[in-house]
Amino acid sequence: MLSIIVMLGTFFFILGVGYFLVSRVPTLLHTPLMSATNAISSITILGAFILISKSIPPLIAILVIVAIVMASFNCIGGFVLTDRMFKMFRK
Amino acid sequence: MEFSLEHLAAAIVILLFLGGIALFRSPRTARQGGWLNMLAYAGAVAFVILRYPMLNPAFVLIAILLGGTLGSTLALRVSMLAVPQMIAFQHGCGGVAAFLIAFSEFIREGADLTTLAQVGSVLGMLVGAATFSGSLIAAGKLARKIKQQPVFLPRHSTILCGLLVLIISLSVFTVLQIGLPIAVGSAIGLIVISVTIGVVFTIRVGGADMPVAISFFNATAGFAAAFCGIALSNYLLIGCGACVAASGSLLTIVMCRAMNRSLLGVFAGIRPSIAEPAKLPEEVPIEAGGMEALPFDQAIAALKRAKDIIIVPGYGMALAQAQEQTHSLENWLEQRGARVRYAIHPIAGRMPGHMNVLLAEVEVGYDKLFEMEAINDDFKEADLAIVIGACDVVNPAASTRQGTPISGMPILKAHEANAVIVLNLDEKPGFSGVDNPLYGMKHVIPVWGDAKVNLNALLSSLQE
Repeated sequence: MLSIIVMLGTFFFILGVGYFLVSRVPTLLHTPLMSATNAISSITILGAFILISKSIPPLIAILVIVAIVMASFNCIGGFVLTDRMFKMFRK
Repeated sequence: MEFSLEHLAAAIVILLFLGGIALFRSPRTARQGGWLNMLAYAGAVAFVILRYPMLNPAFVLIAILLGGTLGSTLALRVSMLAVPQMIAFQHGCGGVAAFLIAFSEFIREGADLTTLAQVGSVLGMLVGAATFSGSLIAAGKLARKIKQQPVFLPRHSTILCGLLVLIISLSVFTVLQIGLPIAVGSAIGLIVISVTIGVVFTIRVGGADMPVAISFFNATAGFAAAFCGIALSNYLLIGCGACVAASGSLLTIVMCRAMNRSLLGVFAGIRPSIAEPAKLPEEVPIEAGGMEALPFDQAIAALKRAKDIIIVPGYGMALAQAQEQTHSLENWLEQRGARVRYAIHPIAGRMPGHMNVLLAEVEVGYDKLFEMEAINDDFKEADLAIVIGACDVVNPAASTRQGTPISGMPILKAHEANAVIVLNLDEKPGFSGVDNPLYGMKHVIPVWGDAKVNLNALLSSLQE
């Protein structure tokens, strides 16, 4: 029961803080903002790393490896694209 | 539960991510913010790899290299015009990763999962899978690989509600049967239905509403990551998911407000869809519209006379690839001592902030880009407004006519300027299908045709 409260509490607290910070980002930078948060959402890759460290059936291991391909595409692609855009706004 | 090293690491990483987002507040510090995010990400990866030594790191390394190479190659090559579909596609990939991880955890732990983790993994599967298919449809529409118009199935809303009821009952069933082989089958069923829901949900959204859809899937990708975090009892995933969900939700709200529409209205396709979307420049011969001598000369005279100018760029400018020419015109005007500013409507591009990126790419200074609220009152003092490839966002009918799809939508008041040059492809209405009374006003000089061709012609006449 305690873990439910702590997890939901963490989620909503960071949701609130995040919303406040994001609301101060000028519309000028909304595209790179979305690109950056998109890259951050690939943090699920950590879940894949944790799963692969345990003994799992080969079929599941294949799914996890596919997830790692997808998440790293999302992560590296997202950060590279974000940096390309931020660079254009530094004049 | 006890406080562990893992919780401390999660707290530090989340703080770094939040710090990075805080730096996005100004264009001067934004890039460092991006680097801080990368650092936080790398730190989180290093921590997890050290703490959970992998059984077969070779496969993981190959997977990372494969995904990373593809991702960075595409990200380095994609044109700024195609950024919305690239980001939508990436949302889709994130969705796949989320539902695969939630599914794997659900199957692996089975009945050993706590009830909370079971619910988290089911939600992770559902939201991840729907984000995947919905984002791919959005990417297809943005890239014009799929028809732009909303697609209505017979009894569309009934189908959608039916699918939702089905998925809720199957979710309950899956959780009740956890650990048994049948739960594997029903979990796969859940993913299939969620993918279907993502498709049915998104095909009904029109091309012009994509800024909302893409922001919405940004939020759902964040929620999916947070649900995976609940499934794995991992605070880092929960926190990062919450950051992303916050950003996506905010952008969704901003976009809905910019169009003065409700989220439900956008997704239910409540928009008279009789309108033909604006034609692509490449579908129309460049001669079409023709340049009559008179408006062209009027435009030249107006450009030579004006001292205070506001440029209103629209998506048509980007489709015509006329950003460079627009920037050259701005330079020519400034060399003559005129003041030039850009007025950016929130939905001028295909995703939040898209138009700013398109202009920044051709090195228009960002201090010349103004949001609607900041510049709208200045039109009445401006000598000249130059509308380039924009229609709905400057359509005065939005505030004068009732019952149109854009009624009540805030617009840029270009019509209040002393003179207006319109460099649009033709006089057809924009995405909304509402005729633009601006074109018929006395102080408006319409120069129909391809914006790039016409801007080049204007520039060469001016430079003579």
